[in-house]
Amino acid sequence: MNACSTEPLLRVQGVSRCYGTRAALSNASFELWPGEVLAVVGESGSGKTTLLNIAAARVAPDSGSVHFLVGPGQLEDVHALSEARQRLLARTEWGYVHQNPENGLRMEVSAGANIGERLMAQGERHFGRLRSIAADWLARVEIDADRLDDSPRTFSGGMRQRLQIARNLVTRPRLIFMDEPTSGLDVSVQARLLDLLRQLTQTMHLAAVIVTHDLAVARLLAHRMIVMQQGCIVEHGLTDQVLDDPQHAYTQLLVSSVLPP
Amino acid sequence: MTQPLLQLNDVSKQFTLHERGGLELMVLESVSLSVDPGECLVLNGPSGTGKSTLLKLIYGNYRANSGSIVLRRQGRAALDLVRATPQQIIALRRDSIGYVSQFLRAIPRVPALDIVAEPLCEASGADALPIEVARDRSRDLLTRLGIPERLWGLPPATFSGGEQQRINIARTMIRPRPLLLLDEPTASLDQGNCEIVLDMVREAIHAGTAVIGIFHDQRSGAAVASRHIDLGAPGSNKCLQMSY
Repeated sequence: MNACSTEPLLRVQGVSRCYGTRAALSNASFELWPGEVLAVVGESGSGKTTLLNIAAARVAPDSGSVHFLVGPGQLEDVHALSEARQRLLARTEWGYVHQNPENGLRMEVSAGANIGERLMAQGERHFGRLRSIAADWLARVEIDADRLDDSPRTFSGGMRQRLQIARNLVTRPRLIFMDEPTSGLDVSVQARLLDLLRQLTQTMHLAAVIVTHDLAVARLLAHRMIVMQQGCIVEHGLTDQVLDDPQHAYTQLLVSSVLPP
Repeated sequence: MTQPLLQLNDVSKQFTLHERGGLELMVLESVSLSVDPGECLVLNGPSGTGKSTLLKLIYGNYRANSGSIVLRRQGRAALDLVRATPQQIIALRRDSIGYVSQFLRAIPRVPALDIVAEPLCEASGADALPIEVARDRSRDLLTRLGIPERLWGLPPATFSGGEQQRINIARTMIRPRPLLLLDEPTASLDQGNCEIVLDMVREAIHAGTAVIGIFHDQRSGAAVASRHIDLGAPGSNKCLQMSY
């Protein structure tokens, strides 16, 4: 993480969102610095995913704003951008990893085509280069190169999740949003994915917002964490501070309810 | 005259246990102390008097309720850990404060060699070393600490307590920082390994590192101490026992 940064990469200010009469998210704010990994924890229905989707410009807030550092000194309100610019941002500077890899992959095309898609959208047309970059990324996420032409349907859950990560990171985004990236996987497969995410965020200087209900995932990956309850952020701080010295009653309950992460 | 590297003023820490009806436990009350470069302060007192808590406050792992914990930094403004931002604390841990905790937190799948090398690779900007250079330093330390070479490529989760503790020490010692916090670094080591670790601590002190340590036995503490503080002494800090 770059401690010298004076500007946040992402600034979420006072965002709220109602579904019908129910407030899914109330007045949530946070900032994210370049290269920083932030975990958002809390039980189901606490507003974690709503916060993630508002930050990633996939859901519009009823009030509040989300600013992204598009260039030095240039913070832009992502919800005020045109849809075309939002899409451009989403496939170049950002990545989004879904809990269920089938929602983030094109299941009807090959693994290689899945990885190549964002590059092609950016104008890369050279077939040989696309193939060699795709093969390189398969290796980085520990999938055999001879699976390049196979459909993701033939992949296991853990492989699909790693493929989804490769598909997102191939354009070297500065920020990645992840919604419960490990929760659909077996424990043995989780460890491999977590180690991979840890390496990639470190070596690529990648900022990330990771929604998880697993405190061990937060401990392993995140510099900072946010604890949510009933649509509100009830506590935030350095990951080890929040887990080892929780202040809020709900955080204390959360930490004491699991085996030590 | 040397200026203190670290200065604690009236630091208090109490825990509020919401699940116990808001029970409040005062663990440290109005602790003031300072440590100079090249000095080793050993914390004494029976268990439960807040020795580990004090180290965790200085490392920024626990949040103090009041007081200040000011660390002087080379060529930069001093920083109060009680008021520092998370980004500042992360930078302090990387550049200014080394901490050997009681237990190693092993990372799944990462071999011992890389766990030890990691602090040199994740350093900021220009002073980050390439992985191979960092691994060489890691090998030197693992050799000195008597970790058999056949274990270097394995994740330490399955290592013995004493082996894990030595990995933890190597991981901290590989990146010398001006302040070194030690929480029972020799507790599960045999005599020979204990002497090696104490030698390493003495070398750090001679090189100008300020050390604050907790040792499980008086002999180890006495071997490196330049000063002792008794946290459990009646009336000294009014420290109460913490019990769960």
